[in-house]
Amino acid sequence: MATRDTDWDGVRLHVVTGKGGTGKTTVAGALSLALAADGRRVLLMEVEGRQGIAQLFDVPPLPYAERRIAVGPGTSSRPGGDVFALVADPESALIEYLQMFYGLRHAGSALARLGVMDFATTIAPGLRDVLLTGKAAEAVRRKDGARGRSYDAVVMDAPPTGRIGRFLNVSAEVSDLARVGPIRGHADTVQQVIRSPETVVHFVTVLEEMPVQETLDGIAELRALGGIRPGGIIVNMTRPMALPPGQLHEAANGKLDLAQLAIGLKAAGLDDSQGLADALATELAEQARTTLGQEEQQQRLESARQPCYRLPWISGGMDLAGLYRLAAALREQKAA
Amino acid sequence: MTGRSPARLDVDRLIDDRRTRIIVCCGSGGVGKTTIAAAIGLRAAEHGRRVVVLTVDPARRLAQSMGLSSLDNTPRLVPGVQVGDQADGTGTGPAGSLHAMMLDMKRTFDEIVEGHADPDRAAQILANPFYQSLSSSFAGTQEYMAMEKLGQLRRADEWDLIVVDTPPSRSALDFLDAPQRLARFLDGKLLRLLIAPAKVGGRAYLRALNAGFGVVTGMLTKILGTQVLRDVQTFVSALDTMFGGFRERADYTYQLLRAPGTAFLVVAAPEEDALREASYFVERLDTERMPLAGLILNRVQQVPAAQLSAARSLAAAEVLQAAAPGRPRPGHHDGPSHPAPPHRGRGQLGADHQAASRQLTIAALQLHAERMAQAAAERRVAGSFAAAHPLVPVAEVPAQPEDVHDLEGLRRIGESFAAR
Ligand SMILES: Nc1ncnc2c1ncn2[C@@H]1O[C@H](COP(=O)(O)OP(=O)(O)OP(=O)(O)O)[C@@H](O)[C@H]1O
Ligand SMILES: Nc1ncnc2c1ncn2[C@@H]1O[C@H](COP(=O)(O)OP(=O)(O)OP(=O)(O)O)[C@@H](O)[C@H]1O
Ligand SMILES: [Mg+2]
Ligand SMILES: [Mg+2]
Repeated sequence: MATRDTDWDGVRLHVVTGKGGTGKTTVAGALSLALAADGRRVLLMEVEGRQGIAQLFDVPPLPYAERRIAVGPGTSSRPGGDVFALVADPESALIEYLQMFYGLRHAGSALARLGVMDFATTIAPGLRDVLLTGKAAEAVRRKDGARGRSYDAVVMDAPPTGRIGRFLNVSAEVSDLARVGPIRGHADTVQQVIRSPETVVHFVTVLEEMPVQETLDGIAELRALGGIRPGGIIVNMTRPMALPPGQLHEAANGKLDLAQLAIGLKAAGLDDSQGLADALATELAEQARTTLGQEEQQQRLESARQPCYRLPWISGGMDLAGLYRLAAALREQKAA
Repeated sequence: MTGRSPARLDVDRLIDDRRTRIIVCCGSGGVGKTTIAAAIGLRAAEHGRRVVVLTVDPARRLAQSMGLSSLDNTPRLVPGVQVGDQADGTGTGPAGSLHAMMLDMKRTFDEIVEGHADPDRAAQILANPFYQSLSSSFAGTQEYMAMEKLGQLRRADEWDLIVVDTPPSRSALDFLDAPQRLARFLDGKLLRLLIAPAKVGGRAYLRALNAGFGVVTGMLTKILGTQVLRDVQTFVSALDTMFGGFRERADYTYQLLRAPGTAFLVVAAPEEDALREASYFVERLDTERMPLAGLILNRVQQVPAAQLSAARSLAAAEVLQAAAPGRPRPGHHDGPSHPAPPHRGRGQLGADHQAASRQLTIAALQLHAERMAQAAAERRVAGSFAAAHPLVPVAEVPAQPEDVHDLEGLRRIGESFAAR
């Protein structure tokens, strides 16, 4: 396998979190494509039962089974690797767990029918989490005779930042509930994977106050837990600002040279009689203020001292082509 | 899409109408519920109403600007509100006031427990690990507690207008569904079976459930271990005294939401996902016969130079680019285009000036084209919402260039509620 020098060489479980709506699913998808370059085999996993991956890759709803959904970007010398997807739900994971460890297939389904899963996961959310992270850990560790590891990398489209600490700190969450017993043992195994150097947690954000705050809080929370490694900060939906930095402050303060703009408009053959230059200057001013606000947020992010990546806003709606563009951007920045 | 524009939602009339006692701001995640709720509260107070705003998870700076530095679950008077500045301009109307609070769901839950059980039992419940996980992380607890708090504020009767922000959630419907789900869970059959399978063995379907119960406990024991099951049972029997209480309380608030004097505002950003959620919510309110006041379309792109079309703007930018001597054309999508300042040679000053003016104008024209395209896309999605819900009045709130994090910003948003 060609080795590339990336920021996360050696990482095999990439957990992707972020405030709701910032682009977790999209970025997890792009990251899995990026990781699948050079013939690597990647599993993209969803745990919130929303069929976000199917929507993103424009395929029919996915079952609790690993399905090939895409091929990573290839090069002339090496075709891209396969991206598989899995939609994990706690019920199926429990049934699988019972079958794997106790050979109890029917009992599991019966339980599910009785609504016991609902009950158990309501009263003990840690149980649901350990089943889901357990599935990821299993995929990370799985071996397949011929090729060694079944997957070179697993990418998880994880719960939002507000819940990520609890979600990943399964062992502690479960041990509050179960001091002994089989689920406790299972949780401990899962915890080893999550706290290994092979696992990192990436944060997706946009440059607004709340998502940035959540990112900083989330990183601090993981650090406080100890052993769970924060990964990259992925700033999503960035747009270029056409103004040179020198003029940014001028524009934001409404001090642009209107005469310059008027001359330019004239040269472009536009009529300025309706106060066009004025109106355009207002637009520039607003945009400049937005950009300055974003720069402030960018600086706050840098205080976290984690690698930062920027992904462009894809205009006209997200589609596969856009997703490959994001994957390429991640590779260029050595995030994958 | 029809060409008709929907009826305008008159937010000022809604808040000036003394019969309006509760305004609930709903909507999907991140659309601006908290901001709009605060802006409405502020405007209503400055219009002379005694207002309390119940916020959920406000951005830190916004909370600070409202004097909410600690999460203590009680309403605080917001300083800096311009009271006595009545809408009629006479300054003689009743003086308004604004209180605000942040919801602390765990504390609210604890208070219910403390209010319903004797001290010993309450302490026992509060210490139980299952109670702790339920009260801090059950999906739906936040919604239930927001409703609970609304009920408390209403009963306190110290305010004549309560503005309610709703918890961040993917779906606006969660606000209506989650409390019922928690209540159902808390007085659910399975829970009861867990404490006293024998007690409920009478009816046929319960007998059937009961037969399965041995299997169920067996399995739970297998998965969780015996001690867990014991903890659950202790918790459940401790809560037993409060069963029914939860249902009743949820029902009470639910009725409050239906009562005259309550108005729902659905907040949405002019994006497909948010408007789809808004659609679901509007339809749901209709089936529940809950009073919808209208849709607040938040963060609508304003384009000051709307007289210039996107196409003409781009064409003009291209003319200027073509005129630039020997410079590669900055592609539209290739990131920031900051051509290096031209080399200063003899007699180049005039040319420099021209280049700078060209560059500035190109930037302005490209930005303008983008904003026009964005505004057109927003109008398109808003148009399909209006076509599907022609009877829902709509108020637009302009996108502000910066985050809204102080009273001044809230006031500016409030101004867009003024009748035009
Ligand atoms: N770089 C981008 N450019 C343009 N649109 C984007 C970009 N990234 C994400 N989006 C769009 O933003 C919306 C939210 O993205 P996505 O569903 O990935 O977020 P999420 O964090 O997974 O949301 P949720 O919290 O609901 O799971 C989608 O419509 C998606 O297409
Ligand atoms: N009209 C507006 N113009 C510009 N920014 C806005 C506007 N309305 C809200 N915002 C900003 O959008 C962000 C999200 O707003 P807000 O927190 O009110 O949303 P919310 O619906 O309450 O989100 P959540 O679902 O997370 O509770 C904030 O940073 C806020 O400042
Ligand atoms: Mg998602
Ligand atoms: Mg909010």
